[in-house]
Amino acid sequence: MADLFTVSLIWSTIRLSTPLILAALGGLFSERSGVINIALEGMMLAGAFTAAAMTYATGNPWVGLLTAIGAGAGVAAIHAVACIRYRADQVVVGTAINILMIGLPGFLSGAFFLSSGSTPQLPIEQLIPLAPIVMAFAFVPLTWYALYRTPFGLRLRAVGDNPEAADAAGIDVAKIRYTGVLLSGALAAMGGAYLSTGQSSLFTRNMTSGRGFIALAALIFGKWKPTQTLLACLFFGFTEALTIQMQGVVKLPSGEDIPVQFIQMVPYVLTIIVLAGFIGHSRAPAALGVPYAKER
Amino acid sequence: MLQLRNITKRFGGVLANDQIAITVEPGTIHAIVGENGAGKSTAMRIAYGFYTADSGEILIDGHIRRIQRPHDAIALGIGMVHQHFMLVDTMTVAENIILGAETGTPASLDLDEATARIRKLTDDFNLAVDPRALVEDLSVGQQQRVELLKALYRDARLLILDEPTAVLTPQEVEEFFAILRGMRQQGKTIVIITHKLAEVLAVSDAVTVMRDGRVVGRVKTKDTTAAELARLMVGREVLLRVEKTPAKPGAATLSVRNLTVTPAIADLSFDVRAGEIVGVAGVEGNGQRELIEAIAGLIDPAQVSGDISLDGAPIAGLSARDRRERGMAHIPEDRHRRGLLLEFGLDENAILGVHYRPPVTYGVFVNDREVQRRTAGIIQRFDVRPPNPALPARALSGGNQQKLIIGREFELRPRLLLVAQPTRGVDIGAIEFIHRKLVELRDAGCAVLLVSAELEEVMSLADRLLVIHKGRIAGEVDPQMASAAEVGMLMTGGH
Amino acid sequence: MNLLFPVIAVAAAFLVGSVFVLLIGDNPIETYWLLIGSALWWPDGIGYTLFLATPLIFTGLAVAVAFRAGLLNIGAEGQLYVAAFATAWVGIVLANVPATVLVPLCFAAAIAAGATWGAIPGLLKARFGSHEVINTIMMNFIAVALVSYFTQYHYRTPGDPILQSAPISANAYIPRVGELIPGFPERIPLNLAFILALVACVLVYVLLWKTKWGYELRATGSNPSAAEYGGISVRRQIVLAMAISGGLAGMVGINEVLGYRHRYYDGFSDNYGFTGIAVALLGRNHPVGVILAALLFAILTRGGIPVDAFTQNVTKDIVQILQATIILFVAAEALFRKPFQRWLTSSPSR
Repeated sequence: MADLFTVSLIWSTIRLSTPLILAALGGLFSERSGVINIALEGMMLAGAFTAAAMTYATGNPWVGLLTAIGAGAGVAAIHAVACIRYRADQVVVGTAINILMIGLPGFLSGAFFLSSGSTPQLPIEQLIPLAPIVMAFAFVPLTWYALYRTPFGLRLRAVGDNPEAADAAGIDVAKIRYTGVLLSGALAAMGGAYLSTGQSSLFTRNMTSGRGFIALAALIFGKWKPTQTLLACLFFGFTEALTIQMQGVVKLPSGEDIPVQFIQMVPYVLTIIVLAGFIGHSRAPAALGVPYAKER
Repeated sequence: MLQLRNITKRFGGVLANDQIAITVEPGTIHAIVGENGAGKSTAMRIAYGFYTADSGEILIDGHIRRIQRPHDAIALGIGMVHQHFMLVDTMTVAENIILGAETGTPASLDLDEATARIRKLTDDFNLAVDPRALVEDLSVGQQQRVELLKALYRDARLLILDEPTAVLTPQEVEEFFAILRGMRQQGKTIVIITHKLAEVLAVSDAVTVMRDGRVVGRVKTKDTTAAELARLMVGREVLLRVEKTPAKPGAATLSVRNLTVTPAIADLSFDVRAGEIVGVAGVEGNGQRELIEAIAGLIDPAQVSGDISLDGAPIAGLSARDRRERGMAHIPEDRHRRGLLLEFGLDENAILGVHYRPPVTYGVFVNDREVQRRTAGIIQRFDVRPPNPALPARALSGGNQQKLIIGREFELRPRLLLVAQPTRGVDIGAIEFIHRKLVELRDAGCAVLLVSAELEEVMSLADRLLVIHKGRIAGEVDPQMASAAEVGMLMTGGH
Repeated sequence: MNLLFPVIAVAAAFLVGSVFVLLIGDNPIETYWLLIGSALWWPDGIGYTLFLATPLIFTGLAVAVAFRAGLLNIGAEGQLYVAAFATAWVGIVLANVPATVLVPLCFAAAIAAGATWGAIPGLLKARFGSHEVINTIMMNFIAVALVSYFTQYHYRTPGDPILQSAPISANAYIPRVGELIPGFPERIPLNLAFILALVACVLVYVLLWKTKWGYELRATGSNPSAAEYGGISVRRQIVLAMAISGGLAGMVGINEVLGYRHRYYDGFSDNYGFTGIAVALLGRNHPVGVILAALLFAILTRGGIPVDAFTQNVTKDIVQILQATIILFVAAEALFRKPFQRWLTSSPSR
């Protein structure tokens, strides 16, 4: 048992938390401004696909990362326009985007790579395994500062809690919300880019496997605050690292391996338990999910 | 200083402002009076840039100005304090005040400088409030001061206040007037939107009266009286007291003993007898809502303790549905949130509460013929317009929605009626109708518990009047004998 | 007006889809002709289309009922998987029970399993307030893993390399349309479950608009505060609605296991759960709309196969793209309302 708790476990935790942190921080900007973002999953997929595809096309993973950010922002723009300008139901729109991202990468990879959904494998020198990790952790204090020590953050928080008050104070509610949602797309896409060009070396269909939703759960668990969200992401990352470590090491009483399906289930069961335990006590931005409409 | 000329504004099919002309002299306190729906808030919101007029001009200091959003108005020195405060509860006073006018650089907020400026303003205008406090921890009176500070911080020269005394006790109102007079002395111009004539006479210099979207009168305050203003507001002689015969109360229908609802109500005990109207007066937010909802069975039982009995039988453990079945009816204070299914038709709204039992149901099925019969009856007896049962409830005006709800509850022939804010947002024709119906119900033997923030309403309707303050009964008075000042004292916890 | 918007949304989605197709160098008209034409050919086209529509009607109804109660059930996918497995399990374990008893038992197993899997997130929301969207998505992943485990370790035929269960007893089969109607080929898997789907539509309509239970469910969805005021237990409605929703989704198992493969086949669902969301939205959460929308999506799916095979670059992912676009346009119907109203009210003589 003791050999479970090694440095490798800590390192695994950090690596596995990174995409969650990026996506969750992205979700924070969107949700603190009052727009529910169920589509973190889809935005991550957009980033993952774009990063892998563009890195393959140009041989440069930084180009991949930058274009991934652009793709994430682009997908987020759809979400933003539908929810802010047209005041559509934010959860429904988010779900639509997720469905779109099930099909679109496959569609494009079929066209460009003649494959059934994956991009070609990238050689190791075209991967960036470390930089996104540093960025993810650095973004946490940056986010805190932006949220609590800049005018933008003040306005963002006001818009998410009481958009009418912000409007009466002369603030452009729509513009702030657009910014929040676009940031969420950019950050989530970075998380996805790390998955395909840092943690592994290609894009496969649906490779995020629900990480976008886990990031959202971490955000709720973290009460929409940067530091606590970081801790929540680390918690989820730790659990995933632990279960992977356990596979093949921890055995059933009969001596057989634990069936892989049960290992797979753990993060999802955990998410449900966490949500059930913490949602009641946390306080979402008061105007979250309510489109802002004013009579002119 | 401020002039509105020929302002017209239409919302959908409703003409809210019809060629309005208002002139406010600098350095005065100017009141704009009218009933609910007269168009006074609309006109001022246009001046503040919240709405844009369809036609007409706005002149500031004699020059025509384009005001298309609050930002423009603020730049011209106009500030507005809305009826429902525009404050972010989770932020501090200072943060709320500087929102939109932040000091420092885009990369860094400078709260210290802002706090210093705020302290100077609180001293100059006698508006004591701690800049570092969280808004959600403040009292209503203090929150109002924050709203005033917001405007003053932006160097407002003209302040527009929308129904500023709605949430204040009579004593707080006096303090508030003192602050206003102080501001006037410092050269500020103030516009108050209100429907409280006594206050208009007490503090304003000039009055503009609006009715049905038009300006119908402009007078200097010292030249007019309450009766004249009331007549202008309504267009005819106004019945300021409800006509009713003395009550003939019977046995206690509702008995409440040691009712506690954490954290809003503590140890409340009173009775309501058959055939009487017991009124509950008090400033909003002192536990009235929780009182009504606790009796109706809409509050989580874990928060409620004490005894409630209906016709002698205890009901504290019963569900809302069971209480209804025992003869309790409830007209909620927030008709949109509690009282109606806005997307559904009048017919489906008319059966809310009885939708699950005969005669409305036939086995598990809904008996449509009975539903239509019932709805038609309510529409006819309570003059609900337009009289189309298939229309969604949201298509009706506030007054008609309220009449539908009242009709629905009266249909139950209840033994106890709980009613909160029965005439909020309702036009005067419907108000008189509703008052009459409540008295009729009382005369038929029903026990009525009436909560209202409108002191005149509750004093004229109630046979006995309880005053609630901070979740306790501060006192009981005979409404025929007591004066508004006496009641006001009780409302603030005095004796 | 209300009915026209879905049509416009679909038309707009097709327009967007053709942009995608053009971008990758194929001909949208040819693509769409393949797509729709192949789906409506007799008998194979129509037969398969109706067969593919069956699970979509079930999941569409499931999502629609949940929507009416104010809930977003993203978990139809997981619900139908556990239901399919459960019905196969009964069909395997009770192999010798006569058909007149076994078939109803298998039906009950599918519905009960789906209902339970739906009720769990419902309970979590009612009791803890945790959002059903995340919980149902998590339940999807858990369901897939759980069912895969049982199939792999306990119910596979020894030696079978495919991840599927042992076959169910013949007593549990339900007939194909080809067995009932002469002239209709038996090779087409369209079966009695399709009729069951239509019956389910009627039952849902009656439930929602003609019974007191349906009134309470719809009231809860429209305004939970007012429903509570009217004596309705909002918590109970949430759980009930999710259970009914899950049960409806679970009926997909009947189509798949009892009427088609006669065993549980891992991963059999072609995104039926997610498509159900699009079907419900497009069908305005009404049984009649659900049938029409399900048919539309079935046509798209059926046509996706030849599109995949016969065009140069277009894969059947185009279907997901169309679906998502349809959902977006329906959700953002305000997009169409203003220009449409202006068009309607503009006077031509100007």
